[in-house]
Order: sequence, then C-alpha cells, then structure tokens
Amino acid sequence: MSRDLLKFLAFAVLVLLAPLYFKGGYLMNVLVFVGIHTMLAIGLNLLLGYAGQISLGHAGFFGMGAYLSGILTATYAWNPWLAMPLAALLVGALAFMIGFPILKLKGHYLAMATLGMGIIIYIVFNETIDLTGGPSGLSGIPSLSIGTFTFDSDVKNYYLIWSITLGTILLTLNLANSRVGRALRAVHDSEVAARVVGVNARLLKVQIFALSAVISSVAGSLYAHTMTFVAPASFGFNFSVELLTMVVIGGLGSIYGSFLGAALLTLLPEFLRAAHDYDIIIYGGLLMLMVMFMPGGLVRGIPDLFRMLVKGRGGDGHA
Amino acid sequence: MRFRFIQFLAAAFTLCIAQAAVAAAPIKIGALFAVTGPAAFLGEPERNTAKMVVDEINKAGGVKGRKLELVTYDTAGDATKAVQLATKLIKDDKVVAIIGPSTTGETMAVIPVVEKEQIPLISCSAGSKITDPVKKWVFKTAQNDSLAVAKIFEYLQKQKQNKVAILTVSDGFGSSGREQLKAQAAKFGINIVSDDTYGPKDTDMTAQLTKIRGSQAQALIVWGTNPGPAVIAKNAKQLGLKLPLYMSHGVSSKKFIDLAGDAAEGIRLPSGKVLVADVLSNSDSQKKSLLAFVKDYQNHYKTEGDHFGGHAWDAVMLIKTAVEQGAESPAAIRDQLEKTKNFHGIGGTFNFSSQDHAGLGKDAFVLVEIKNKDWVIVK
Repeated sequence: MSRDLLKFLAFAVLVLLAPLYFKGGYLMNVLVFVGIHTMLAIGLNLLLGYAGQISLGHAGFFGMGAYLSGILTATYAWNPWLAMPLAALLVGALAFMIGFPILKLKGHYLAMATLGMGIIIYIVFNETIDLTGGPSGLSGIPSLSIGTFTFDSDVKNYYLIWSITLGTILLTLNLANSRVGRALRAVHDSEVAARVVGVNARLLKVQIFALSAVISSVAGSLYAHTMTFVAPASFGFNFSVELLTMVVIGGLGSIYGSFLGAALLTLLPEFLRAAHDYDIIIYGGLLMLMVMFMPGGLVRGIPDLFRMLVKGRGGDGHA
Repeated sequence: MRFRFIQFLAAAFTLCIAQAAVAAAPIKIGALFAVTGPAAFLGEPERNTAKMVVDEINKAGGVKGRKLELVTYDTAGDATKAVQLATKLIKDDKVVAIIGPSTTGETMAVIPVVEKEQIPLISCSAGSKITDPVKKWVFKTAQNDSLAVAKIFEYLQKQKQNKVAILTVSDGFGSSGREQLKAQAAKFGINIVSDDTYGPKDTDMTAQLTKIRGSQAQALIVWGTNPGPAVIAKNAKQLGLKLPLYMSHGVSSKKFIDLAGDAAEGIRLPSGKVLVADVLSNSDSQKKSLLAFVKDYQNHYKTEGDHFGGHAWDAVMLIKTAVEQGAESPAAIRDQLEKTKNFHGIGGTFNFSSQDHAGLGKDAFVLVEIKNKDWVIVK
C-alpha cells in the first residue's frame, strides 16, 4: 500500500515539475489537454478495464459536461464553480438512469447501444441551435477564477487541471484497491460467479457507469473553461473511439496505463507533424505495431520491452 | 593609421553582414487550414493558394527585400487542434500574423487566443459572427452569408416571388445561412412558408421535397455545400418539382455541375466573381486580380481555382500590402490592415475600418445561372 502511495507521489512530483522544463512553450498547451484526456481515459478505463463493459458513447458525457458548464456560465452567467458540480450531478443522474436498461446488454449489443447514445447526444448538440449555438459552436465561456486570480494562461490552467487529474488518479487508485475494485474485477471475469458470492453485479455496473460519466463530465467542464469555446464536432463518435484507443493502448485495468495512453495519443501527432503529409500513415502504423506487440498495453509492454533489451544485451555479453 | 583603416574596413564589413542578415530574415506568416477531414474542400484549395502566392511573392524578390515564410498546419477541421496549433504558431514559430482557419467553428475557438496574444488573424471562413461584433485583432476575407442571402432575396423581389421554401444543411454553414434567411426575409417582403433541414451526409431528400411540393412556395432556396445540394437537385428533377431552385455560394464550383449533371441546368446562385472572371466587363475593378489568380492556379495545380482558394489569396495579399506600407510588427500589421481601402481582391473590393473588419459590400457577389454546364451572369 505504501509502495502505491510512493509511486503516486513520484508521479505527482514529476507532473508538478514538468512546466519548469517546458517553460510556457506551446507544448504546455498540449499538456493541458493530456491532463483532460487522462481524466477521460481513467473514467472509461473504470468501465472497460475494471468492470469489463464497453462504451462507445463517452464523448457524449464529455460533451454534456462541457455544454452544461458552457451554457450555464456563458448564457446564464452562473458561477463556473457552481455550474461544474451541477453539470456532473446531472450527467451522473442521466447515466444512472440509462445505465439500468443499457447495461443489461452484453458485448456487441452494449457497444451498439452506447454508440447510439453518443450519437443521439451529438445530434442534440448540433440541432438545438438556440441553446447550444449549433454546429458553429458556443463562445464567450469565461475562464475559471478564484477571487481575482484568473486561470487564463496555459501554465495556470496546467496546474489547475493537473491538480484535479491527480485527485482523480488518487481517488480511482483507492477505488481500484478497495472492496468495490475487487468486486468489479470479479464481475469482469465472470458475472455469474460474482453474483454467487454476493456481489450485486447489476447495481455495481450501473454505479460505475455513472461514476465514469461524472468524471467525463468534470473533464468536459474543465475543457469548456480552458478553451472558452465549445463546438459539437469535438464530441462526436470519432472522439469516443479515440478515447477507447487511449485506454486500450495504455493498458486495460491500469490507472497509470490510462495516463500513458492519453499522453501518447495526444502528444504523438504533435511530434509527427514534422513528417508533414505522412504523419497519418506513421501514426496508424505505430498504433498497429503497439497493439500487435504490446497486447497488454504500454503499461505492461514498456517494462517487457525494457527487460527484453536488458536480457538481450546480457546475452550478447556472454556470447 | 593603416591599422585604423583595417579596423574601419572590418567594422564596415561586419555592419554589412549584419545588414544583410537583417534584410534576409523572412517575415513569418502562420496559416491554419482544414486540409483533411470534412472541411477539406475548403482547406485544400486555401493551402494550395497560400503556398502558390507566397512562392510567387518570393520569386519576385519578396516584400521590401524581405522574403515571406509561410508556416502551415492542418487542423483537420477540429476546434481543439486549431487552438493548439494557433498557440504553436504564436509561441514556437513566432509568426507576425495568422491566416485561417477554414471553418467558422475553428475561427471562433481561435479568437480568444489571438486576442490575448495580440496577433492579427485573417479568417477564411464565412460566419457573420466572426467580425460582428468587431474584435480588435480579427479580420476575415470570406464574404458574409448575409450578402449572399440579400443577393437572392433582391432578385426574388424583382421576380415578385414572395413565398419561398428553405432547405438548409445542419452544419455550421447551413445553420448560419438559415439564420440569415429568416432574419432578412421580412426586409424584402418575403414569406418563408416552409423551413426544413437535412443532414450533411444524407443521400436522399425526397421526403423534404415532397413536403415542399405540398406547400405554397414559389421558389426553393437550398443552403449547403457539396454533395447535399447536388442530391437535392437530382431528387427535385426526379419528382418533377417545377419550382425555380436557388442555391448558396457554398456550391459555386465546377464540382457541383459535375455532381448534379443535367439536374443543375437552370439553377441560380450567388457566387464570388471567380467563376465568371473571363466574362466580366473590363471596367470591373476586380477583373485583373481575378484573371491573374485563375491563370496561376491553373498553371500550378492543373485545376480551376475556386473562391475558397480566393479567400487565402486575399489574406496573403492583404498582409503583403500591409508590410509594403512599412508594417512589420503584429500590432503595426493590424493597424495597417484596418486602414486598407479599395483593395481589389478575389472575394470582392475590401474596405476595412475600425467598425468593419469584414470589409465587403453587396457587389462582392454576382447572381449566376447554370446553362449548358457553364455559368452565366443573371442580369
């Protein structure tokens, strides 16, 4: 247990010191999004990696958080700190309600149902023009502030978002190691067996679905206040798939894996930009190689690779 | 004494090198275009044109002895990416001005960034809300939707057709058009008797058209970009719909005629003057720029230049003109842009002022009709 805490503290120190290295360049801005994506990937990982339930509609929850925060603060001049928890609560309640019928489904059917849910939410963003501003988006969302201190630069936003992300990591790490986490893994491996030993599998799945939606919604609110603008195109089906890719590439059932996946998928396109028109091909190729040779995700693949390299070198030495 | 002279020579020499270095330092202009993704039909001609124009300016010796350097990034039509890349252009590439993005959504997302960092932005997207209200650092070259709507309504008024049906696509372009159509109808004494939308990826619009056939409409206005309007034109022909069809400037490219085929005959639409450059009267102040652009684009890319590329042409040339007037810093370029008067570009004749950062008048559009697979100006 204390080893886990040590690991977390080391990670937190690394995160807090990173801005000293990047010194406010544009990568700072990208790292802000790595933070937001990490939260989203963790939220989805709880559902997919721990409870074994797929969702292709998580961009919808992310978008609802962003739009609720955006509309309440920009149109109705609410305090952002009040809008954020309200948005999270509403999104959580909605997820809880639709969770009961949806999570009865399994496998492909669950994927289809959540996919449909995501698309419906997207259509609502797109078509309710009077409320959301429609396809050309909603602007004029205020930045977050405490008293007279406004989070209006990348460095300030970085610390704001990463402190909430670190909080999420700590919370989910605890959850994963608790009775609930063990119950979730039991449901993942065999729902019937879990029920036999007294786990209320149905309720548990719905609860974790709702929690996952709440985390996504908070990430959405933070996104809205960082960008100060939201448009439906950011919350479409493609983004749901990107989130799923982050979780799978990072490593199912690992909180730090979610961070690795989010960081890789957010940063890689930036580094590949040097390759100009070929960036998409390289990007796709790299993802394919990773899935083929690191089926357990980065979080397991990187240590394996490291061990292989060390061993390989050792072998050479002997020969 | 001799030593002095050598010293002097050395100093002069160093000074010369320094001077040359200063003169050679290029002026960096950033560009954000949606080259891939759903808005690629905008981003690709825009990027091609911007590259072409900058190359040509440099071949001709640059601006006041300084070369231009264009740094372009692909936003894929994504607002989040557009913001990240705008930050990159400003902080890492240290550009003095930014051209683009291609869509209204991306532009709205980038505006807070450029306003804060104080870098002039010349957007290539059409949404009226980009420059209304006026933002200090934001200009645009694409014609406002309101001008296109006014052009159609003016003609309808002349034809005494005052009951119209509108059919708009549910994306940024369509919703902005729909807003303008509804807002301006009363001013021209026009009554919208049917108001429908279709999805950007729909492949059959017979349902909407059947409904419109049942209404009292005397004309149908379709607001969308390819391929939707081509599908509508074909559907309307299949249904035997007799209403005169009007479309938006979103389809004013050869591509539309190719897609719609025979169904395109007789359709009228407002368009930038690019399409009809060769038949414009010689007194038209834009004719020279238009013909130069069309010829250039044809030579470079073996395909016809359209008015989307024209937005980028205007943006680059506006910055070039500002630099020619002596502006070098972002703030000076902004001030100079605002003073631009009678700039005869591709989109129209620009006259910016502190109250108007869109700069175009109604004459930016002409109403054209498709006849024998070509464009004819409607008098």
